[in-house]
Amino acid sequence: MSKQQSRTIKVDVLARVEGEGALYVKLKGDQVQDVKLKIYEPPRFFEAFLRGRHFSELPDIVARICGICPIAYQMSAVHAVERALGIAIDPSVRPLRRLFYCGEWIESHTLHVYMLHAPDFLGYPDAIAMARDHKEIVQQGLRLKKAGNRIVALMGGREIHPVSAAVGGFYKAPSKSALKELVDELKWALDASLATARWVSGFDFPDFEQDYEFVSLSHPEEYPFNEGRIVSNRGLNIDASEYEENFTEQQVQHSNALHSILRGGDSYMVGPMARFNLNFGKLPEIAQQAARDCGLQVPCRNPFRSIVVRAIELVFACHEALRVIREYEPPSAPRAPTLARVATGRAATEAPRGLLYHRYQLDQDGLITSAKIVPPTSQNQKRIEEDLRYFVSRVATRPTEEITWKCEQAVRNYDPCISCATHFLRLHLERD
Amino acid sequence: MSSKIRRKPRIGVFKFASCDGCQLSLLDAEDELLGVAGAIDIAYFPEASRAMLPGPYDIGLVEGSITTYHDAQRIQEVRRKCKTLITIGACATAGGIQALRNWKDVDEFIRVVYATPKYINTLKLSTPIAEHVPVDFELRGCPINKHQLIELITATLAGRKPNVPTYSVCMECKRKGNICIVVAQGVACLGPVTQAGCGALCPSYDRGCYGCYGPMESPNAVSLSNQLHILGQNNAEITRAFRGFNAWAWQFRKASEESERT
Repeated sequence: MSKQQSRTIKVDVLARVEGEGALYVKLKGDQVQDVKLKIYEPPRFFEAFLRGRHFSELPDIVARICGICPIAYQMSAVHAVERALGIAIDPSVRPLRRLFYCGEWIESHTLHVYMLHAPDFLGYPDAIAMARDHKEIVQQGLRLKKAGNRIVALMGGREIHPVSAAVGGFYKAPSKSALKELVDELKWALDASLATARWVSGFDFPDFEQDYEFVSLSHPEEYPFNEGRIVSNRGLNIDASEYEENFTEQQVQHSNALHSILRGGDSYMVGPMARFNLNFGKLPEIAQQAARDCGLQVPCRNPFRSIVVRAIELVFACHEALRVIREYEPPSAPRAPTLARVATGRAATEAPRGLLYHRYQLDQDGLITSAKIVPPTSQNQKRIEEDLRYFVSRVATRPTEEITWKCEQAVRNYDPCISCATHFLRLHLERD
Repeated sequence: MSSKIRRKPRIGVFKFASCDGCQLSLLDAEDELLGVAGAIDIAYFPEASRAMLPGPYDIGLVEGSITTYHDAQRIQEVRRKCKTLITIGACATAGGIQALRNWKDVDEFIRVVYATPKYINTLKLSTPIAEHVPVDFELRGCPINKHQLIELITATLAGRKPNVPTYSVCMECKRKGNICIVVAQGVACLGPVTQAGCGALCPSYDRGCYGCYGPMESPNAVSLSNQLHILGQNNAEITRAFRGFNAWAWQFRKASEESERT
């Protein structure tokens, strides 16, 4: 009788993710016994302390859920309140919000592609070590990230927690001439994004595909940011107001982040791969061509290739930013007037990491009586664990150090933002 | 003449309850990052690197507030490992927006957010790092200003006092040539009681300052509260204005509690 060797793989502090998490994998021989993505990021209770605050304070407060994607929180919040109060925004505000979001996608995707994910493929602990051998690449990444940050800083005063977003529009809209100053750098950024896509498409990708349910916004004409119906590749097609009837949050003992699941209990995937697979035809030709040149299939079912998809979204975001700036006419008033009333508003927008749902209930004075926020990482959390379960079994014969790094990489495929999800990672690989 | 090669100073970046925005400021210093990384040894920075070297560290940058029993223990350990300990941002310096729990029943908060409250461990208060261990310098802001962070690191390594002013946002407005929005437009603004550092962003974007750099060196919060009353704000609005990202900083805390009482 042979006694099967047991191993536990533990990563107590999962690196190159935003926030604090750990990973725990238990193996018996080559069989996976248990996989847990643990989120020990301390809870901050946004949904509780938002009660009693005025809706006008929302964009500033919810931004603080995440320093990497504050604009996403601001956008979902302002749309939810505008839907509650029946506010029609100035037609020029809409493209400005898309431009604002482009800035955040460029900044956030570049951070992940160059500084958090690429080092895994090239075998470096971090981008700074990678810069010793690939200085020009890392410099290109830093400049690209800065191009995104310049959009945000111009429109909102600063890169992190910008101050201009408001219910009804913006406190101040940029002038045409100020936006024009971004054009040369964004043209460079578009070329750099194409170069990024070529660079990452040459990485080695594990042969690993899963049958995912992809969920994202879908808009009749546009690649989605702020508007659209919530759709999936398995027939889901709902308005944001029906979100809570179709998705439910589940608390698990090992995590401070709630797991979000589809009614019926299935996991699903949000984020760049979901958006790309469900909205490929809405990408501008330059991004579609770049995807074909990179060998991306639609649908893409290999999560390790999400780095290439992010690069394609970079191409899109730079192209879209240039389009908005070219066609921009400043709004007559940056902010539509608001009038408080008893109402509930629900909205979802596309954060860099995927669908971000907000719901607010307001009283007659405009004070919030209840709030619900479902970040992308808590929606992906169950799916990440399932990926790991299948992936670990394939690499289980490898040395523990290699499995550990590969598992971390598999988690980073999702660019998890733990600060957001806590309301969300360490790897413990245990061989029993 | 010493034949010893000078060791690069080691820096550790430690996170407690926060949004990650302040440590991201270091990665957002795109023009300076590779230069800084060349001058120092970033020994522990999990958000950026999977290489995590043990202490001691010459400088510890601490982001986030203390909200769990485990974190209250961990900060003691971090302090022991760091020669100089610097807190970065409003969470580490004043408890952050999560300190809004400090006026409420945290058990009720847990029940609102989580279906099974017993899985959640949290303290009743969100507190700044200096309430737990001695801190060598507190860098303000929600988020911090990356140029102030680079200045602070440079000054600390050179052994000089960092050039981080403690006067109010009003000084920055005057220097920028902004027309005062309180006087000209009657907009409520915390600029007179708030420390400079942001570059008077909010008034430059046609809105009042919301105090994200915390109290300036000698804030007259009573006088500002009176002015806000004159502008038509009620007590509840004034309480909320002081109860933002630096709500637990004692000057703002006192001002909010006074307006709540009246």
